[in-house]
Amino acid sequence: MKSARLVALVAAAGLFAATGPAFSQITIGVAGPMTGQYASFGEQLRNGANLALEDINAAGGVLKKQLKLVVGDDACDPKQARATADRFVAQRVPFVMGHYCSSSSIPASEAYAEGNVLQITPASTNPTFTERKLWNTFRVCGRDDQQGAVAGKYLADNFKGKKIAILNDKSTYGAGLANETKKALNAAGITEVLNEAYTQGDKDFTALVSRMKAAEIDVVYVGGYHTEAGLILRQMRDQGMKTILMAGDALADKQFASITGQHAEGVLMTFGPDPRNRPSAAEIVKKFKAKGIDPEGYTLYTYAALQIWAQAVEKTGSTDPKKVAATIKAGKWNTVLGEISYDAKGDITVLDYVVYQWKADGTYAELKK
Amino acid sequence: MEYFLQQLINGLALGSIYGLVAIGYTMVYGIIGMINFAHGDIFMVGAFIALLAFLILVAIGVTAIPLALFLVLLIAMLLTSLYGWAVERIAYRPLRGSFRLAPLISAIGMSIVLQNYVQLAQGARVKTLPPLVTGVHTILDLGNRLVVQISNIQLLIIVTTFALMTGFSWLVASTSLGRDMRACEQDLKMAALLGVDTNKTISLTFLIGAALASVAGIMYLLYYGVIDFHIGFVAGVKAFTAAVLGGIGSLPGAMLGGLLIGLIETYWSAYFSVQYKDVAAFSILIVVLIFMPTGILGRPEVEKV
Repeated sequence: MKSARLVALVAAAGLFAATGPAFSQITIGVAGPMTGQYASFGEQLRNGANLALEDINAAGGVLKKQLKLVVGDDACDPKQARATADRFVAQRVPFVMGHYCSSSSIPASEAYAEGNVLQITPASTNPTFTERKLWNTFRVCGRDDQQGAVAGKYLADNFKGKKIAILNDKSTYGAGLANETKKALNAAGITEVLNEAYTQGDKDFTALVSRMKAAEIDVVYVGGYHTEAGLILRQMRDQGMKTILMAGDALADKQFASITGQHAEGVLMTFGPDPRNRPSAAEIVKKFKAKGIDPEGYTLYTYAALQIWAQAVEKTGSTDPKKVAATIKAGKWNTVLGEISYDAKGDITVLDYVVYQWKADGTYAELKK
Repeated sequence: MEYFLQQLINGLALGSIYGLVAIGYTMVYGIIGMINFAHGDIFMVGAFIALLAFLILVAIGVTAIPLALFLVLLIAMLLTSLYGWAVERIAYRPLRGSFRLAPLISAIGMSIVLQNYVQLAQGARVKTLPPLVTGVHTILDLGNRLVVQISNIQLLIIVTTFALMTGFSWLVASTSLGRDMRACEQDLKMAALLGVDTNKTISLTFLIGAALASVAGIMYLLYYGVIDFHIGFVAGVKAFTAAVLGGIGSLPGAMLGGLLIGLIETYWSAYFSVQYKDVAAFSILIVVLIFMPTGILGRPEVEKV
């Protein structure tokens, strides 16, 4: 008796939750690693989405409706990403910003494609994401084939005759990026001395570091995320190595410097031109700073993802994901990152990666050419 | 040659941490014949307490590193052993005498509780500690391109581990508490009949195991500088493997197993491939267990009826 009443109550509450807000609000999602060792990047995505949402709602919402944000946590785990995606599909959200890790974005995008959800990733750079001819995949960031080409060229130009090692973490992102960099480096006529893979989540790299020391490696390129790259750097310095570390966009978080301490100085990474310096972003950067948030890394990319979607929905006159996707591909969008337009695959048409250098105070800045 | 020695040092430092954690597994198994699956998480709790203690000490102005280290060691050992005691009191003592699987399940439950508790209390992000113990010593320079070096932190880990190991062996071999522990190990019921306070002895065993785990946690924190609520799982699995490899129930076996696992991983990474180091470590475990089912130093178990 008691349990029957409880069931009825829960069912009624569920019904209310499912139908209630749908008339007045549009629910959209943001997904990324909100827990786990890459949680600092999930926070960037969430911060960017939250402020963009506030700003759009303050300006009257989308199609005269207020937006509501649901946060999904994939912990950078492909299985959990798929489960998060299925949940968003069940909630019938028309649009998801995310995910962060390429290995999460790719399986999630298949669930979104079947479930009629538009996906714009602010951060997943693996080429496969947009190469599968899915209707719903877009990204605001660049691709690893471009990023790897820039990194490979930089290594070839600046470290001629030096011994280079390439490491990767076997993840979709890390292995893909390391491979692209290796290709570009080899094309420039330089062969790396050491090519090794480690496992995501490893903490002890002392054996690998001694191995690089014995091979007298001058430069190490890491295709992987900031926690492992930070530990590799720290353990190299512990063993007295002066080797320069270079990595990709997954280093773009202050937490990298808190792992390495003062050793972060001189670390190189490739990333899009710093969006915080763009004139189009000045006002929004000020808003973030007023909230005590430094909009570093992918924060502004996430802001831009929501801007693009909101503008495209207004132009289409509906949130129907397939129609909005077609609109996005056809138009030009004013965002915090400047004007963005898309090719048929869902990649942005203007792509540029630049090389950054970390400083001893734990910040990073573009390297002047 | 230099390369081999350098990797030996790396392997010893890693193996020492595994060994310290493995002692906790082996002691509890020795006394009550149960795998304490929450032990890896006690290690993680120890690392977090140490981190918080460091931050508090810095906040109140204790910045001399040797003094801070000593205080952190005291605080972490004290608080972590309280956790160890509480785990035994809450999850294992009420189940003593019930069927064998019951405490095993409650141990796994305790492990989940501790992980989630730390995740909720401390957040899910990684916590970092900047390098505190720095500096390297050159111990062998033959004029070749590679010199053998040991960093202060590696030295600290290896020395602390061997000191604790020696002290602890003495405790078990020549104190009255050690005698009680050995008595409980042989036959819990008989020991109780002869006047050994078995509950107290078992509690103390958990306490000491947790204190050792907290030392391992501090070493881990100082060595790697990055901890999160999940580190107890991997460390626990490795240390458990070490305890089984060395012969579960045997103290020197746990230490030997820890060092072996550390050395296998390191040498495999050094001469073959980094990505298959875990495969190598576990393959050797399987081979050893096929030929020596009780581990390297384990005694063959007589089935009690």
